[in-house]
Amino acid sequence: MTLDSGYRVVIGLETHVQLKTASKMFCRTSAAYASAPPNTLVCPICLGMPGVLPVINAKAVDLTIMTGLALHSEIPPHAKFDRKNYAYPDLMKWYQISQYDLPLCVGGWLEINADGETRRINITRVHLEEDTAKLTHVVGEDGQPASLIDVNRSGVPLMEIVSEPDITSAAEAMAYGLKLRNILRWLGVSTANMQDGALRIDANISVWPSDAEIGNAKVEVKNMNSFRALGQALDFEIERQIALYERGERLVQETRGWDETASRTVPQRTKEYAHDYRYFPEPDLPPLIITRERVEGLTARMPVLPDAVRQRLVGELGVAPTDADELIEDRDLTAYTLDVVERHGGPAAEVVTWVLQDVRRLLNARELDSHDMPIAAASMAQLLDLRAKGDLSSTMAGTVLEEMFATGKSPDEIVSARGRQISDTDALVEIAREVMAANPQAVADYHAGKDRAIQFLMGQVMRRTRGQANPGKVTELLRVELADDGGE
Amino acid sequence: MSDDLFRLTVTEASSALEAGDISSVDLTGSVLDRIDAVDARTGAFLLVTADAAIDQAREADARRKTGDANPLLGIPLAIKDVLCTDGVATTCASRILEGFVPPYDATVVARLKAAGAVLVGKTNMDEFAMGSSNENSGYHPVRNPWDLSRVPGGSSGGSAAAVAADECLAALGSDTGGSVRQPAALCGCVGLKPTYGRVSRFGLVAFASSLDQVGPLAKSVRDAAVLLSAISGHDSRDATSLPEPVPDYAAMLDGSVEGLRIGVAPEYFGEGIDAGVSAAVREAIGVLETNGAELREITLPHTEYALPVYYVIAPSEASANLARYNGVKYGLSDPQAVDVDEMMATVRARGFGAEVKRRIMLGTFALSSGYYDAYYLRAQKIRTLIKQDFDTAFESVDVIAAPTSPTTAFDLGGRTADPLAMYRADVLTLPASLAGLAAVSVPCGFVDGLPVGLQLIAPPLHEARLLRAADAYERLRPAWPAPRQAVEA
Repeated sequence: MTLDSGYRVVIGLETHVQLKTASKMFCRTSAAYASAPPNTLVCPICLGMPGVLPVINAKAVDLTIMTGLALHSEIPPHAKFDRKNYAYPDLMKWYQISQYDLPLCVGGWLEINADGETRRINITRVHLEEDTAKLTHVVGEDGQPASLIDVNRSGVPLMEIVSEPDITSAAEAMAYGLKLRNILRWLGVSTANMQDGALRIDANISVWPSDAEIGNAKVEVKNMNSFRALGQALDFEIERQIALYERGERLVQETRGWDETASRTVPQRTKEYAHDYRYFPEPDLPPLIITRERVEGLTARMPVLPDAVRQRLVGELGVAPTDADELIEDRDLTAYTLDVVERHGGPAAEVVTWVLQDVRRLLNARELDSHDMPIAAASMAQLLDLRAKGDLSSTMAGTVLEEMFATGKSPDEIVSARGRQISDTDALVEIAREVMAANPQAVADYHAGKDRAIQFLMGQVMRRTRGQANPGKVTELLRVELADDGGE
Repeated sequence: MSDDLFRLTVTEASSALEAGDISSVDLTGSVLDRIDAVDARTGAFLLVTADAAIDQAREADARRKTGDANPLLGIPLAIKDVLCTDGVATTCASRILEGFVPPYDATVVARLKAAGAVLVGKTNMDEFAMGSSNENSGYHPVRNPWDLSRVPGGSSGGSAAAVAADECLAALGSDTGGSVRQPAALCGCVGLKPTYGRVSRFGLVAFASSLDQVGPLAKSVRDAAVLLSAISGHDSRDATSLPEPVPDYAAMLDGSVEGLRIGVAPEYFGEGIDAGVSAAVREAIGVLETNGAELREITLPHTEYALPVYYVIAPSEASANLARYNGVKYGLSDPQAVDVDEMMATVRARGFGAEVKRRIMLGTFALSSGYYDAYYLRAQKIRTLIKQDFDTAFESVDVIAAPTSPTTAFDLGGRTADPLAMYRADVLTLPASLAGLAAVSVPCGFVDGLPVGLQLIAPPLHEARLLRAADAYERLRPAWPAPRQAVEA
């Protein structure tokens, strides 16, 4: 994109994704470190003790291939792991087992909508590696700065998705990130939560005068802990780099970190770790041979992905595009909605509205994930059936829904316990009409001026509602109905 | 008999134990006394675990009463200190690992324990298995039991000397470029390097991962075969270990070389090979021929490149393998350091010896951006050519015969000033290592009172063929003497 200001923005994203596996990448230790006390999920292998060896977690390889398939990547028959050498205290072996020249997935693309445009962002590669330990910098008891190491995260499977430098704005970068996160969640390969570090996006960004050739210098921006931060950091960098040119300075290749509190990127200390990673093939792991059968098996197991569901919601089920976009942000809620649609049989658009508004409001109020939906799809369909038949007013349906959330009871149970139609206008009107139709004499008497006849009709309504109807309301309704009827 | 039980072979001791003539406690006690008597002269051990050994011996005697007749039950063995031992200090003869006690056993150690073997201690070695003379030990050098002024070879010099001096019945070593075979040759014992992947590397502290293999050092080929059966086989903890089933190698030794096609390559008898060594090896090959083997001249044209290729690949892998020794979690540390960079620098400067530092630098350089293609990548390509040489040769021969070491044991300090001269000690063992083949060194004579080793090389996973040929030769050879004079003086 050429900015109005006469500059071009070139952005490529490197996305690290922690994979949802039971054990770590190269050992049998649990990967569920998020809630574990520090340094409790460790073993000689993920601690990098002398003499230990890695063994590949096959599930992590499968999840990476599935991600590649979702991103339209090629899955080459040969892949291998390599050692990436660098000395840093968060790295137990002082090398990381990663993939260099033969990654599991090559090429691919991701379609995004941003700035009112649909664009394909090309994917360079998807590879697999191991996560590092976690460093926390503190002030020690002696008042000196200290660093604490939690090795629980060391060796957790980490997938890296590298995009081509096809992204031209902060908005596109955010759209890419959101879309990618959604796909990862639909695939079920990761929680993809940024705040937990399960999804980490680093950006390479360079801005060039529109009339100049695009050079090699670029700035790597790290430490963005939310999509908002990603957008802010890139917008900041675009302005900062343009200002450089305006001052006649040159872009310097460097790594900068996003400082959330200062809302700016700041240079990171990199001099002492000037990177020559000295990659070489990991001799402890034989090369990976990815058979066609394995890829075909995974292809067959691929879940439906958000783009396909959106297409079905809009094209086949008549759901409003904006509602469809909103719904597919949430895989579990989408699956739930489609289940309800199938059971209910009524218009999908209404179900979607109902879910996005009433159901989501109740979920939010209880701070529940759609994953923890307390109401069975069958119950929800039943409620919508009752509503469609006119047995429940919208107000009443809302009340019943709340009780369903609170008690987990089915709508039938709730309605019969409360008695149907207590003050439900629509339903009472219907009953009133039925009573009038069944008692033409009383109606005639009423029209003839016998006001008492209305008492009889009310008695009949009360009997039909097993005394649950509001008598005042019934009288009022009967008067209206009788007046209309009188117009015959 | 009871006075010199330590002189028994594994096979002899196993029979005596099974016959009830001796107990493992007696045998182990005899070996521990022997260590007490001679180890001050050989320096073969870094750590003797006498109390634990006696406990294990008692346990073995009890197990035998329940009918257990494992050939290693109650047999006192020594373990090279490059193998992790649960609860027992493991240093790799490096100061940087001083005080490190692994909470796990190497798979080979676990397998020996499961077989009921008694582990008497950890043997000395060149630091991190880097060396050919054992002079690179961070603690003290090992002396050759045949002549205490000479080196035992390396890097498994402690294991070889311990076997030769009867300080154990057999031992485990590790061979990366000849580290089992060369000291076996120089100390006059049998040393076997299995096919890469035959034996698990889990718990073997890594030097060069694509080359390292654990192998036995023993007083006889049959003993080596017994140990090999015990330690071999697939290990789910080592992704490079091979799945092929493990035969009873000792049971396959039939003493016959009838029809065995032996390849002899001029490249292994050329310049730099001591004439006496050459003659002794040729004589041994002649014995095999006389007894029914068929000799064939072969050529292994890329042999001369093995040394430079090895000294690119092995240090490259080592530079990464040894990166983890930074003082943070175990071994030497520096609590006074102001930050992690200073700690790393001090710990590594103090903890590593000169040869280890040299190889880390060589490897770091060879892998560096801009040099990778010229060094590491090219070395890997030539490694493939060396492999292909052997593939071609093995189309027409069953085993290849050669000297193990170009010379007999050299003087302590004789080569320490000249690393390249030291590196040449491995010139005849490196090719089989680079090709991942099975190879054995078996004593075949003396030059000036110092042992000479005959090296036999077989295709991958043909250990049975290799051991059969070596055992046949051993039976045809005159009885091998023990180096009593020097160590018992």
